[in-house]
Amino acid sequence: MPADHIERLRREGRIVIVGASLAGLRAAETLRAEGFAGDLTLIGDEPHEPYDRPPLSKSALLGVASPLRTQLPRRREIDAKWRLGVAATGLDLAAKRVRLADGDEVEYDRLLIATGVRARPWFKEEEARLDGVCVLRTREDAADLARRLRAGPRRVFVIGAGFAGSEVASACREMGLPVSMAERAGAPLVGALGGVVGSVAADLATEHGVDLRTHVTVTALEGDTVGRVRAVHLSDESVVEADVVVVSLGSLRNTEWLTGSGLGAGPRGVACDAGCRAFDFRGIVTDDVFVAGDVARSPHALFGYQFLSLEHWGNAVAQAETAAHNMICDGADRRPHLWMPAFWSSMFGVNIKSVGVPPMGEQLMITQGSLAERRFVGVYGHQGRIVAAVTFDNARWLEFYQRQIERGAPFPVEFPTLDRRPEGRQPVPAGFPDPSLPTHGPMVTLSGYSPADQQLVFHPSRH
Amino acid sequence: MRLVVDLNKCQGYAQCAFLAPDVFAMHGEESLLYDPRPEEEQRERVARAVAACPVRAITADGLDRAGASQGASDAR
Ligand SMILES: Cc1cc2nc3c(=O)[nH]c(=O)nc-3n(C[C@H](O)[C@H](O)[C@H](O)COP(=O)(O)OP(=O)(O)OC[C@H]3O[C@@H](n4cnc5c(N)ncnc54)[C@H](O)[C@@H]3O)c2cc1C
Ligand code: SF4
Repeated sequence: MPADHIERLRREGRIVIVGASLAGLRAAETLRAEGFAGDLTLIGDEPHEPYDRPPLSKSALLGVASPLRTQLPRRREIDAKWRLGVAATGLDLAAKRVRLADGDEVEYDRLLIATGVRARPWFKEEEARLDGVCVLRTREDAADLARRLRAGPRRVFVIGAGFAGSEVASACREMGLPVSMAERAGAPLVGALGGVVGSVAADLATEHGVDLRTHVTVTALEGDTVGRVRAVHLSDESVVEADVVVVSLGSLRNTEWLTGSGLGAGPRGVACDAGCRAFDFRGIVTDDVFVAGDVARSPHALFGYQFLSLEHWGNAVAQAETAAHNMICDGADRRPHLWMPAFWSSMFGVNIKSVGVPPMGEQLMITQGSLAERRFVGVYGHQGRIVAAVTFDNARWLEFYQRQIERGAPFPVEFPTLDRRPEGRQPVPAGFPDPSLPTHGPMVTLSGYSPADQQLVFHPSRH
Repeated sequence: MRLVVDLNKCQGYAQCAFLAPDVFAMHGEESLLYDPRPEEEQRERVARAVAACPVRAITADGLDRAGASQGASDAR
């Protein structure tokens, strides 16, 4: 019986994908590649066909690529109905229907949620509207920012020194523009790679002429009489004049359209099992709703089944492929999404790559090269195991370290390595912020003693 | 034509930059920059770069025809 059902689904079922970007496109291609012959609909609120985002903060700002021309290549024909420029606004799980902003409804047998994330805007709306205040997520954002940079602003101010912010600052310096960058932590990239590696990123930025300000927050953006941004106010009471401000404070998950649907969707994304099947809010897995890409949170067996939310290009591709496969398969043929987390970035001429989950590591060992030379391999350890590795201009070694993570190799690193320096003989604390301190992320708490008065309380994120 | 490079896979061997220098360029010692929407006249060079990348990191569309005839003429 179930086999018949799957056969029918593959032949004449209806699959709807919400979110027409990297994950959505790759899922559609995989469905067709694996023989799905039914109706395929892709719904996307952006008016364009799927395009690539990583170049937007790199080659697009440097003028190597046009930000409006990063459309993704097709790996095959997908013969889909495209509903572009229209957002999904609701989901009826029982009736298996997606509601659209134009009033239409689309029925599905299987649904894939791939709505990604959006840029977290500056938190004071009025200030966010000032001319010259930018974010960077879409190709329009990138085109706008590229145009402003080309116009030769007197100073650019980047709020937030994560990967995106640091890449923007790097591009500005390469264009010869004065740039300041403010960061609440003690160095750039601290959240992703910890304080030790972050301090290398800090040196890189300052040596390239970035006016880096750490341990500060931006308190206000000041506009002039015609509504253009003119200055940035910081918590240390300094004021920096700038005519372009790039807000780079991370992202918000596009899950609002799922409110009230009964899915386990919220500010942290849509939780799913290792097979990409979404959980409902009771924590019970659904059978016909799948999720992939930046919006997904899924448990990873190699990392203690921790629910990982990865905003990485490679994850979007791999998870989309797994979700698509599982959507048109029966239980035993389904496979888990066991992708090894990995990402790349480049800034100030240095290639930064990582595998595994660095923030899980408490300790760090520089196993090859040296921090001072900005050419090294850093290995992160957690409870006696290697859980991640990062390279600065040493990417060819990563695959080796990936195997070590996969086989749960012991930490501190026992094997001898080429180019090991004295500084790399002992592990040091990796320098991640204390997880017991409150963060600016949202959280849920449970209050009350007896089951009858127990209550889940949602605390929205602080800025 | 459209292309994308999986920079997780890319090892910076610079084969592509050698074969299609108007499309791919090294930036610093290891980072690759590329134009995701090169001109049509680059098609043949891109096809060669795709074939030569030792880690198969480049995906380009619309190469089937050009790629096939390219492979054939290369073989001769
Ligand atoms: C500037 C920049 C630089 C980056 N650089 C790197 C990098 O160097 N390395 C790396 O690994 N990753 C990088 N990334 C991250 C990478 O681009 C993402 O991981 C990837 O785009 C995720 O793809 P996705 O399809 O899951 O989500 P997205 O690309 O966010 O796509 C989701 C789509 O769904 C649409 N959508 C949202 N809500 C709805 C709705 N209700 N109805 C219909 N459509 C909806 C959105 O508009 C969007 O088009 C970068 C991202 C940015 C923005
Ligand atoms: S040939 Fe392949 S591995 Fe080498 S730089 Fe180009 S894309 Fe990267």
